[in-house]
Amino acid sequence: MLRHVTQRAIAGIAVVGGVVTLTFLLLHAAPGDPAERLLGPTATTEQLAAQRRALGLERSLPTQYATWLARAARGDWGISIATGRPVVAMFAGAWPATVRLVLLSLFLAYGLGLAVGAVQATHDGSRLDTALSITSVALFALPGYWLGLMLVMVFTYWLRVLPAFGSAGFDSDFLTGWPRVADRLRHLALPLLTLTLIGVGGTARFVRGAMLDVLAAPFVTTARAKGLKPSHVIRRHVLRNALIPVVTLLGLSLPALFSGAVFVEAVFAWPGVGRVLVEAVQARDYPVVMAATTISAVLVVLGNLLADLLQGVVDPRIGTRQP
Amino acid sequence: MKRLLRDRRGLFGLLVLAAIVLAALAAPLVSSGDPDTQRDIVATRFLPPLAGDRHGVFHPLGTDRFGRDVWTRLVYGARVSLGVGFLAVLLSITIGTAVGAVAAYWRGAVGALLLAVTDFALALPRVVLLLLLAALWRPSAALVIIVLGVTGWMSVARLVHGEVRALAARPFAEGAVALGAGRGRVLWRHLLPNALTPVIVAAALGVGNAILLEAGLSYLGLGVQPPTPSWGTMIASGRDTLVNAPWVATAPGLALALVVVACTLLGDALRDALDPARAGRER
Repeated sequence: MLRHVTQRAIAGIAVVGGVVTLTFLLLHAAPGDPAERLLGPTATTEQLAAQRRALGLERSLPTQYATWLARAARGDWGISIATGRPVVAMFAGAWPATVRLVLLSLFLAYGLGLAVGAVQATHDGSRLDTALSITSVALFALPGYWLGLMLVMVFTYWLRVLPAFGSAGFDSDFLTGWPRVADRLRHLALPLLTLTLIGVGGTARFVRGAMLDVLAAPFVTTARAKGLKPSHVIRRHVLRNALIPVVTLLGLSLPALFSGAVFVEAVFAWPGVGRVLVEAVQARDYPVVMAATTISAVLVVLGNLLADLLQGVVDPRIGTRQP
Repeated sequence: MKRLLRDRRGLFGLLVLAAIVLAALAAPLVSSGDPDTQRDIVATRFLPPLAGDRHGVFHPLGTDRFGRDVWTRLVYGARVSLGVGFLAVLLSITIGTAVGAVAAYWRGAVGALLLAVTDFALALPRVVLLLLLAALWRPSAALVIIVLGVTGWMSVARLVHGEVRALAARPFAEGAVALGAGRGRVLWRHLLPNALTPVIVAAALGVGNAILLEAGLSYLGLGVQPPTPSWGTMIASGRDTLVNAPWVATAPGLALALVVVACTLLGDALRDALDPARAGRER
């Protein structure tokens, strides 16, 4: 077991290293100069040169790369070129909003998706199954940012019941106790609803497929032939085995904690990591983009590893067996 | 094919896609002409759906804030969105098939290297990479195609790799080798045609995904640039006029969802039709 995990961890570190190097090279290969963006089109050549020196951009690529790596290893991710704030502080500020949003929506989407998919698989071919199938395909196909806009239109502009932008109202600093919590929840409602609806479609489709695959397996026929109660067969035999691929999918959606909500955050002006990322990319903010890619690469690797380990928990047969 | 048409999902998907592709191809015939036409902005902007303007032009889906006909932009936008989606998937399938086939058939150092590259690319955060690539170079339709293609080939490579390896051990492949066929010929004429089934399914599902991502990039301003109509840019421009003209953002979003639903259903039906083991079971 330990050996397996160690091997995977080493491979993971290699992947993260590769991503970091690739991002670094891409950033520097692309046209466009952060110094120019910072100073605007009226800057003189001397000003540009001075700014480039201040940002450390005049040194050779390998030197810049080595410097960045050494600093990053010590926890110093540099200063954002566009905002002048430390990169660490920017992410520390944005992180909780994204985690709150994505974790809740993952939880809801998987809970609902499991329930819907299980109902569909046990009623395979019925009218209910068809209706739920159509709904989940439609939800799966909706672009998140568009669904978000539609919800804003209905709930904010027509019904005037929910706020559309940000994570708190203008007056939230003056609120305490329940009104403050209520304000936060009202702001959370629409982005959470959007992400959950989109997620449920995909999860339900996946759970339905996984359960149907298991239902066709010989051991389910055996369990039924033994005279076990149908509900027992479904719960103990079918659902448990169908969870294996679902758990893999859950592990793979861990990186979504970081980047998955990019589009939805953009619609709702949610002050999370996705917005930091989009703004940084547009402003060619090298230090922020480097940090963002590194973090998301680490999360992808961790997600894969977690899915691996969870599979072992859900399915004892896999355990330490080498793939 | 017959089995595909008997499947209601497959029939629906095919009909919807055919209708949208036809409308996109025949855009000048089914619409009021140029998608960028602006006549007398003040009088013709924000006309609701099913309204006519003073110039005698009928607007089935209304007009946007520049007085441009939404239906016309929608069908011209379909050219861009579908074109980008199809080409991106074509690119990713070409790369994926090549990598997967070579890795499966030339094992040893080359195969191991290609597989390692595939695993590495699979671990890349796609959304971050998309944003990065799209933001760093000047945004254009061609760039979106390349970016989507380059970030989407890995699952196809995995699929093809598995199929080709399994097929290479089958008697007909050994027979071809025994008859003196070269490696390239065996791969090209005997193995690949048999390995294409899952690739076709992946392609059908991939087109929907690619169109969604294209629209997302264009929505963020990193894809197709206005005034060229693409469904993503149309949603983005409708975002600003959600209060006075909700139809501007609604129409392209519905079109997008319809295409993705059609692709998904078609992909599901194809998988079942091509895989006899599943055919009897799933509806």
